[in-house]
Amino acid sequence: MAEVKTTFPIKGMHCASCVRVLEKTLSRVVGVKEANVNLATEKTTVTYDDKECTPEQMESAVAGVGYKASLPSSDGKAMVEGEAIDEDKEKAEKLKELKSLKNKVIVSLIIGALIFWGGFPGLMDIAPSFLKNFWLQLVLATIVQFWPGLEFYKATIPALKHRTANMDTLVAIGTTAAYLYSAAVTIFPQIIQGLGVEPLPYFDVATIVIGLILLGRYFEAKAKIGTSEAIKKLIGLQAKTARVLRDGKEVDIPINEVVIGDIIRVRPGEKIPVDGVIQDGESSIDESMITGESIPVDKARGDTVVGATMNKSGTFTYKATKVGQETMLAQIIKLVQEAQGSKAPIQRVADLISSYFVPIVIMLSIATFAVWYVFGGSQAFLFALLNTVAVLIIACPCAMGLATPTAIMVGTGIGAEHGILIKDAESLEIAHKVNSIVFDKTGTLTKGQPEVTDIIPANQVSKAELLKVSASVEKGSEHSLAEAIVKGAEKKSVALSKVEKFKAIAGHGVAGLVDGKQVYFGNRKLMEQEKIGIGNYLEQIERLENEGKTVMMLGIGGKLAGLIGVADTIKDSAKEGVEALQKRGIEVIMITGDNQRTANAIAQKLGIKRILAEVLPDQKEAEIRKIQSEGKVVAMVGDGINDAPALAAADIGIAMGTGTDVAIEAADITLINKDLRSVASAIELSKKTMRTIKLNLFWAFGYNVILIPVAMGILYPFFTILMNPIFASVAMATSSISVVSNSLLLKRIKI
Amino acid sequence: MALDKILVALFSIIGIAFTYWFFLMKKEKEVVVSDSVDINVEGGYNPEVISIPFGKTTKLNFIRKDSNSCLEEVVLGDFKVRRYLPLNEKITIELTPEKKGEFGYSCGMNMFHGKIVVK
Repeated sequence: MAEVKTTFPIKGMHCASCVRVLEKTLSRVVGVKEANVNLATEKTTVTYDDKECTPEQMESAVAGVGYKASLPSSDGKAMVEGEAIDEDKEKAEKLKELKSLKNKVIVSLIIGALIFWGGFPGLMDIAPSFLKNFWLQLVLATIVQFWPGLEFYKATIPALKHRTANMDTLVAIGTTAAYLYSAAVTIFPQIIQGLGVEPLPYFDVATIVIGLILLGRYFEAKAKIGTSEAIKKLIGLQAKTARVLRDGKEVDIPINEVVIGDIIRVRPGEKIPVDGVIQDGESSIDESMITGESIPVDKARGDTVVGATMNKSGTFTYKATKVGQETMLAQIIKLVQEAQGSKAPIQRVADLISSYFVPIVIMLSIATFAVWYVFGGSQAFLFALLNTVAVLIIACPCAMGLATPTAIMVGTGIGAEHGILIKDAESLEIAHKVNSIVFDKTGTLTKGQPEVTDIIPANQVSKAELLKVSASVEKGSEHSLAEAIVKGAEKKSVALSKVEKFKAIAGHGVAGLVDGKQVYFGNRKLMEQEKIGIGNYLEQIERLENEGKTVMMLGIGGKLAGLIGVADTIKDSAKEGVEALQKRGIEVIMITGDNQRTANAIAQKLGIKRILAEVLPDQKEAEIRKIQSEGKVVAMVGDGINDAPALAAADIGIAMGTGTDVAIEAADITLINKDLRSVASAIELSKKTMRTIKLNLFWAFGYNVILIPVAMGILYPFFTILMNPIFASVAMATSSISVVSNSLLLKRIKI
Repeated sequence: MALDKILVALFSIIGIAFTYWFFLMKKEKEVVVSDSVDINVEGGYNPEVISIPFGKTTKLNFIRKDSNSCLEEVVLGDFKVRRYLPLNEKITIELTPEKKGEFGYSCGMNMFHGKIVVK
């Protein structure tokens, strides 16, 4: 009997009486010890005996009284689905918005062009006379000001209530000033004339500015859709249904009803619905959508399969091991979403500036008006008005706000497409500074599946005896070398003996009693510690080590009984991966518990020059810190399980993906494609993304810093150059579009 | 100097001072939240500054009533959340702060700001 406590949400509760009904209903289910329902959180906590009842029984009991329980696992699934629904809704809303924006742009630009034609010196000579009528211009401009232009007021007024201002505030003030002045000129020309100003309206300024800024917004919105494509693609990968074997029959059920333990059948050309382990059959599976690896992988009984990947050739059945929020795809989506929501440190300055930006621009525009009015000469008022409007229109805080996040979104998205999962924006930012990369040897540079290559008995011990004792004492060890030796013994069908008083000595080896004799099995350090002479075999040991093999020594009763050489295969992508990094001027370091000679031999094969050998597992972290104290920015590449402290200590921890788990806590970057060349790709991606961000920020800041003074009229005393508000609106519209497009250009990079 | 010029100069100085006071010297009222809070998204965030307890899960329900596209996304950078807010719909974001301090949140373009104080 095992008591289980679980909490799950319940939908449909309204009052305290619902709580009582639910509690009663749940406690009537056989096996339920206690049920607590909370109205405020809409959740219930149930303590039950998992031998006597299942969550499904509770779910149906809850449904029986008219509520809906979302079980923990199905709740997870619901979330992925919820995201998909959100995405759909977002898309629909976006499209509607874009359409209405398009209409507004067309109307305001056509009207703007008509007014421009009727009012611009030179052009107006060939315009039909009705267009020159100020009253008609007023009517046309009013339409634009309060229909397409309503957007700006709608955004400004609630913001003012909060005492905040945004870009719309600037546009609203600027165009309203131009519009009201022109209206005054039309309605009361005498008064304006009385002030010594020629009564000419500037309706074209107000309408064309509104049209162009909305046009800019239209393109910007279109471009922005592209920045979040990666997530949409990932969500779209999920299968909709699964063919599950239930009661001996095959039934198609929605994916969110699949539970752990279900047996699922997949036919050729079908998508694998959830994560699991193959029970029967074999096939070749295309995992490119998840890992970025284009060559299909052959899988058979006992192999894990990942949901959302494509079954190519065979039919097989598999057991679901992870569903809903636990599946690899769901984890990837969550990770990418989190990364896209995080902030890069480089953004902090931009954040700070943009929070003061709009009020400062408003103050600058007031100052512009005053200075021009006071010192502007004969046309002072007109200059003052037009320059003030230009300042308000040209200021573009949006470009600053978009500079970093759009690039981060595109960058992390590209990473995910290539099987490189980046935890957050900060990791993406730091990665480009990395100049030293430490690789763990076993399991990272090598396959981590060592095999016995040499068996050299000593002191009249037989080969079989040597293997038997070694394998027996290693049977209890979790070390990867131990596995190799036990497997080696199994292959030769050697019967193992029982071990007593087994002890693992970290970084040295193991000890125990085999057939009543004290046995030590491990490396040279262990032999030295136990004073077991190896002098006669030193030459042999060194020869094996020079071949890149790890030599384990067996000591029985204080005497050397023999050597076992074990070798691990280097991963296919290791050499290229190392070379790619060295080509970028990054120092590659190998860290291993192996002795110096073995490590040297392997490092030489890979072209690695700096080797940290004979490092005990708990010293790896300290070694990383030592390299950091040389003033280097260090990345550590490991499997994420044994080297977690070292990964955490490094500036960037890169974990090689294992199986179906992508959420490796200590890692900043997870390579689910298990390809060592991706280390260089990740660094490259970081470099390119940072370059884009810097360019964006430079552009966004430079734009405002240079063009706001120009709009204020700072060039006028020297070159008599002024900024026409219409040009200001063109500049402003292009600046935010160019920032977003520049981020989108990242999609083209090859990593 | 003509009277009108003096007046314009004077009003401009007052205008600048007013703008500074109006936008940059506003007092933030902190709303203490225990379990969950509805945050209205309309021309900004209301309440704008909230304080939530450390280590406990707090629900922030964002309801966007403003059609301005600037506010369509809310970004809680320190909590790694970027969410799209459909118009007139309640979107719940659950936070379990693991650090104390002040964390800003903003709209997708970083034009509107709010603050979460973890105590």
